[in-house]
Amino acid sequence: MTVPFTTVLGVIAWHLADLLAHALALVGMTITNPIDVTWTATQAQIVWQFRLPRALLAVIVGAALAISGTVLQAIVRNPLADPYIFGISSGASLGAVAVLTLGAAVVGGLSLALAAFLGALITMIVVYVIAQQDGSAAPTRLILAGVATGYVLSAFTSYLVLRSATPSGGAAAVLYWLAGSLGGAKWEYLGVPSLVLLLATMVLVLQARPLNAIPAGDETAVGLGVNVERFRLQLFVITSLLVGVVVAISGAIGFVGLMIPHVTRMLVGADHRRVLPIATLLGGSYLVLVDLLGRTLIAPQELPVGIVTAALGGPFFLWLLRRKRPGGGT
Amino acid sequence: MKLEVAAVAVAIAGKRIVHDVSLEVAAGSIVGLIGPNGSGKSTLLRAVYRMLRPAAGYVRLGSDDVWQLSARASAQRTGVVVQETPSDFAFTVAEVVQMGRTPHKGMLAGDTPDDAQIIASALERVQMRSFSERQFSTLSGGEKQRVLVARALAQQPKFLVLDEPTNHLDIHYQLEILELVKSLGITTLITLHDLNLAAAYCHALYLLNQGRIVAAGPPEDVLTPERLRAVFLVDAIPGRHPVTGALQLAFVPLPHQHTDNA
Repeated sequence: MTVPFTTVLGVIAWHLADLLAHALALVGMTITNPIDVTWTATQAQIVWQFRLPRALLAVIVGAALAISGTVLQAIVRNPLADPYIFGISSGASLGAVAVLTLGAAVVGGLSLALAAFLGALITMIVVYVIAQQDGSAAPTRLILAGVATGYVLSAFTSYLVLRSATPSGGAAAVLYWLAGSLGGAKWEYLGVPSLVLLLATMVLVLQARPLNAIPAGDETAVGLGVNVERFRLQLFVITSLLVGVVVAISGAIGFVGLMIPHVTRMLVGADHRRVLPIATLLGGSYLVLVDLLGRTLIAPQELPVGIVTAALGGPFFLWLLRRKRPGGGT
Repeated sequence: MKLEVAAVAVAIAGKRIVHDVSLEVAAGSIVGLIGPNGSGKSTLLRAVYRMLRPAAGYVRLGSDDVWQLSARASAQRTGVVVQETPSDFAFTVAEVVQMGRTPHKGMLAGDTPDDAQIIASALERVQMRSFSERQFSTLSGGEKQRVLVARALAQQPKFLVLDEPTNHLDIHYQLEILELVKSLGITTLITLHDLNLAAAYCHALYLLNQGRIVAAGPPEDVLTPERLRAVFLVDAIPGRHPVTGALQLAFVPLPHQHTDNA
């Protein structure tokens, strides 16, 4: 274990140094790189066209998933909630897979990302409408409605995949998308997600104080002056939009939204005024590293980042489950 | 600050739980709401602290209709202590009490030295200052309840709503929490299951049965054997507390018959 691990670290360090040096060279700065000093125009081109937007996309996606996961865990009072618990990723997947297998014409000429985003948006609305009763949506009903809707949508997605399973390779593209990947990163894809992330993060961080009151129970939160129903709906919509936007571009990258909030809480405690900004930063940094791993582990082939995050996140989740206090429920 | 509940009706999912309830809590007094399980006590309290909008009637605190106020404005004057939802979020005692400052804080407002002072003195008041950095979830039931009272105090309320604050507490903590409430001198509306505690600590009682007030007044007038038999289905023998002289009831089950009270 030790040797391969240090090897991996070495490779990562090399790639990071490389990337940094190239990036700096591009903006006209030069640093003395102890590893490599010769840049060809092609290398610079690769960094500018692929590596840099990809790293930025990783930051955006990781940050978005981490802050959404943190908020959603609090508003449904469930530490095992993740950004996909309301079926948003299933909706996005169905939209994307419909484009990949049936062709864009079937969904009215929408691009892959737009179809995925619409899928996420429609799912969000359906889940909320199903879950709400007398004008409010209780956390448990939200989760159950989301999970059930997710199953239904996954069934359609699976059907579309099976039905298109030809040797031509269409199914591989679908699988690649479903596993979650940053491989399609381009500069022109970054504008909308970074803007949405920026706005959503600003709004959410400002809600940290009332968010602290929600885990104590709706009655308590109302007693502390939080308009719980409106508050929960607002945060549900903001996080859903944010998750929808990033899922549309990167597919459903698992576990970041579950794992980073917990790591953050272990580091800085439960107060969301600290947790929200730090989880956002950690999420962004984590996904950059994981993507680097995905690109280098079996180079020159590439592992989709979703596979790497899940392979790391799965065991973490299990550990979390084991670590829960005896008699603590769940 | 005086509380006035006038002809309030509350419905949950279309079903009336509370019918035409009127009550008053005089400024500075402690008023108890008693009644059997399911009689509508907690539901009525929810209408008072803005959790459930009444289907009819109004709730007035001082000169304001609380349902005309924003949730925030209402929470600036009313502190609420209800059963806390068990939570997996590891807040410290100080952070829990700090939540009491929420209604007084805008989105961009940080914590000031004033807030720290208010939080510290709220914890001091319930003798939990030395527990500030402990995790709330590791406290005993009595300690938790005192911290929740401290949080309500950090709201600097003019009026307190307490829903079964003695639930699950041993007798020491039951008396301690009620002594604390008494010492605060804040106008308080409280629900209690223990009728002897209600008699000992409340200036007035309202007896609720099937969503209606069936008796109101000083404890001695409300807790009569006839009423307790009719509402709680027990025989009650009134006596006096040997030390405090407060009304004390001894309970005997009714002779076994068709207790078909459906």
